[in-house]
Amino acid sequence: MPLGSDEVKRIAHLARLALPPDTVDAYARDLSSILTFVEQLEAVDTQGIQPMAHPQESKQRLRPDVVTESDQSARFQSLAPRAEMGLYLVPKVIE
Amino acid sequence: MNLHEKTLAELSAALRSGEITSRSLTTHYLDRIRALDKRLNAVITLVEEQAMAEAEAADARIAAGRAGPLTGIPLLHKDLFCTDGVRTSCGSRMLDNFIAPYDAAVVENLREAGMIMLGKTNMDEFAMGSSNETSYYGPVRNPWDTQRVPGGSSGGSAVAVAARLVPTTTGTDTGGSIRQPAALCGITGIKPTYGRVSRWGMVAFASSLDQGGVFARTAEDCALVLGAMAGFDERDSTSVDREVPDYAAHLGASLKELRIGLPEEYFKEGLDAGVAAAVDAAVDVFRSLGAEVKSIRLPNAHLAVPTYYVIAPAECSSNLSRFDGVRYGHRCENPRDLTDLYERSRGEGFGAEVKRRIMIGTYALSAGYYDAYYLKAQKVRRLISEDFREAFSQVDLILGPTSPTTAFRLGEKADDPVSMYLSDIYTIAVNLAGLPGMSIPAGFVEGLPVGLQIVGNYFDEARMLNAAHQYQQATDWHLRVPPGFE
Amino acid sequence: MEWEVVIGLEIHAQLATRSKIFSGASTAYGAEPNTQACAVDLGLPGVLPVLNAEAVRMAVKFGLAIDATVASRSVFARKNYFYPDLPKGYQISQYELPVVSQGAVEIELDDGNVKTIGVTRAHLEEDAGKSVHDAFPDATGIDLNRAGTPLLEIVSEPDMRSAREAVAYMKKIHSLVRYLGICDGNMQEGSFRCDANVSVRRKGSHEFGVRTETKNLNSFRFVERAINFEVERQIDVLESGGAVVQETRLYDAAKDETRPMRSKEEANDYRYFPDPDLLPLEIDAAFLEAVQAELPELPDAKKRRFMGEYGLSAYDAGVLTASREMADYYEAVIEACNGEAKLAANWVMGDFSAHLNKSACEIGEAPVTASMLGGLLIRILDNTISGKIAKEVFEAMWAGEGNADAIIEARGLKQISDSGALEAIIDDIIASHPAQVEQYRAGKEKLIGFFVGQAMKATQGKANPQQLNALLKRKLSG
Repeated sequence: MPLGSDEVKRIAHLARLALPPDTVDAYARDLSSILTFVEQLEAVDTQGIQPMAHPQESKQRLRPDVVTESDQSARFQSLAPRAEMGLYLVPKVIE
Repeated sequence: MNLHEKTLAELSAALRSGEITSRSLTTHYLDRIRALDKRLNAVITLVEEQAMAEAEAADARIAAGRAGPLTGIPLLHKDLFCTDGVRTSCGSRMLDNFIAPYDAAVVENLREAGMIMLGKTNMDEFAMGSSNETSYYGPVRNPWDTQRVPGGSSGGSAVAVAARLVPTTTGTDTGGSIRQPAALCGITGIKPTYGRVSRWGMVAFASSLDQGGVFARTAEDCALVLGAMAGFDERDSTSVDREVPDYAAHLGASLKELRIGLPEEYFKEGLDAGVAAAVDAAVDVFRSLGAEVKSIRLPNAHLAVPTYYVIAPAECSSNLSRFDGVRYGHRCENPRDLTDLYERSRGEGFGAEVKRRIMIGTYALSAGYYDAYYLKAQKVRRLISEDFREAFSQVDLILGPTSPTTAFRLGEKADDPVSMYLSDIYTIAVNLAGLPGMSIPAGFVEGLPVGLQIVGNYFDEARMLNAAHQYQQATDWHLRVPPGFE
Repeated sequence: MEWEVVIGLEIHAQLATRSKIFSGASTAYGAEPNTQACAVDLGLPGVLPVLNAEAVRMAVKFGLAIDATVASRSVFARKNYFYPDLPKGYQISQYELPVVSQGAVEIELDDGNVKTIGVTRAHLEEDAGKSVHDAFPDATGIDLNRAGTPLLEIVSEPDMRSAREAVAYMKKIHSLVRYLGICDGNMQEGSFRCDANVSVRRKGSHEFGVRTETKNLNSFRFVERAINFEVERQIDVLESGGAVVQETRLYDAAKDETRPMRSKEEANDYRYFPDPDLLPLEIDAAFLEAVQAELPELPDAKKRRFMGEYGLSAYDAGVLTASREMADYYEAVIEACNGEAKLAANWVMGDFSAHLNKSACEIGEAPVTASMLGGLLIRILDNTISGKIAKEVFEAMWAGEGNADAIIEARGLKQISDSGALEAIIDDIIASHPAQVEQYRAGKEKLIGFFVGQAMKATQGKANPQQLNALLKRKLSG
């Protein structure tokens, strides 16, 4: 399905990606060609086929309820673009 | 004989006999990287001091008689594996400043085995690409022709081994990212069964498809490294609790009565004639080694690429949401508000191919499209997987070309994503099914290497490595060195 | 016009595990910001989730306790959205296949009738972090200690028809999770909170009206007020010809009103899909059996037993089984006072509960233990003290002066049951109040109270009341 530039902008916003305005048409073209390519799946008969989410038919392993982690906040926050008083900072949020 | 001409197995013997030291070996490879990598751009981070310190410790262990087969052997890790205290960029501006605060399981395991990390290799951004042109650090060049791509996404790792910058490297393979560059660079690469190698600390692209693996020149070397890298890890819910066989011990087995299947679908239009001829010749070698070869069908093979380009982007769109400029990684200057922070940090931090895939995945999962794209692809994934199940009821291994062509020119496919995606047409189905696959050198077309793909049944890596090793005993393609890198 | 209110609740109960649902970080409340956010909770590149066994066991307990279906196979899904307290950009939750579905609980209405409220589902998910809005002038701070704390999201059917019913339902679930020991129920700390889906429709209509969702209500009072506000607001909108907008709202306790949430203005498209990092959760019959065997006696069963075994009214039994601690305390008092269940009920619901409320303390921290209260009741029963004196003794016990016997002894509160001593006192009173005696004898029998008062005054309240009455009547009529 061909995507228009408005649709591309909508998806980019949903994915929180700023696209320079002069690139939107190129993205629209590329995404449309990819979608057209994958649409050949539509013709496949998948009646009664169970979707396959994992390559293994296995079950989730469970972890014992034990605290194994210690405080590494100083090290982790040294990676942060902005952190003060132990908190990660973002622009003011109004709830 | 130059040190770098020796295989890993030969170096291992030389280290333990005292003929060489890990320090001299490490120095030698660091020198080669400094001298030769300018032409290739395969390595993006070197940790010389740390490497020399580790080499010294390795020499001490060897002297004390406490060495394993990998003690003192240098390697490079794909920059997708987290390395404690060392930048882990994933080839992205997003993580250009990211010093990982912990080691990936693969890194831990190989360090435990005594290997010396020299640094990190270049790669397609977040492992998304088949040519290594999407890296923030610039494209990697193929040592056989530096105007050509090495394949991707583990291009830097493949090139480093092909150009003898290091005896072995790690890689990851989500749709062919180990096998295709191994083929295009004329080396051996193996992606084991999904769940064989822990994904802990391996930055996720598409979690249900990603699997770590190895590059080396020979199957024997791959067997040694894979054995040390594989194994159960309780930190990864998809890691399989199953003993790792001694891969090296199986290498010598005869191929008599080995049943090999050739999928009809892999030899049709789109396959370069020269590549086809090389693969045919390789199959003849297996016949001469006693294997029984028959034709098989993988009727849904043609659906693998479109299926993959729904599932992989869907998973990646979610996996890459954590890169938001808040806790680590790139953050835009002076964000106006929260949305601006997210959109510009991510817009600036990610390159075009990553953005394309995030958007395709976002679209495929969004309201109204989920069933038509994502769910449909999951169903077709099962059909593709069932094809293999059926095939492996008749044969032990599946052989075919790894890639439809030899290495293409830099920029040749950069403007056409779909044609780029089709260069993984023979490798992708293996990831969808979670099977092990490898690529071994099988000849040349106009001076460029051709790879032969070997696909095994679940957890049948030992048999694949055995077949590859026997083939390498009978051929010398894997010993060829790119001109200028002797 | 007559309107009908339709309410459904989504309750979030933090499960009382030691470690987080997908990581080994501590869930303890109140730590310094981000000191309990490990690599997994922070969503560092390359980290992976592994499911906490105890969280699963607790979810299953809840499922069994509400007679729900516990899925033999359930699936974790990612709910994708961007928000700073959500480090990975997705919340691991359950979507199409939750671990618990189709259960029910009974609530008691104001008129004493019982109503069944359906529980559509209960699923496991991870909690988000917290935003700190007031610490910086130009920024919001993010504390991810809470991120990854296990939550059981309990979704009701839209079965409730008033704020009172909603509160009764929420209290019922609150009591249940605490009985089961799967949630501490601490609402101030946010361990137990709910979102209320509210709509109104014309009486008799079968279609639901447009609903709003009011988020993060963390007290029973707020739930009641927020729903009542929302109901009135929606009715006003509809009666003035407007239409209710489907939206997410926030309750402002200070203003006692709800308002639309700014951060939720945009329509969400959560793009749920199965989490590829986690495999399906499988629960087999043996596991179910093991959990079933661990289940304690639940509130409804306990209430029925209290009514039958102790002869309590439905109301009293309800109060005494409202929490497991209360019920356990009550039964321990009975045990300590030789089975006098009625007397024990009066004291536990009376003085004991009043003191608990006044000093805002938990049963476990109360200075008067069950055996102490039982000891006091024994002294009432054996006529050592009167009920009135017992109240004084109870006060003293609460103040930490020791057990009942020690206080009775120290304060000399033992009642006077020696008839010789009492007779002497009564004779004195009769002698010094001739006028009142005359009136009494002339038929003004109400004056008996006056004589009792005088006698109590003379004995400092220690006279045995029954004995005193009998003696007075005999002497006055003589």
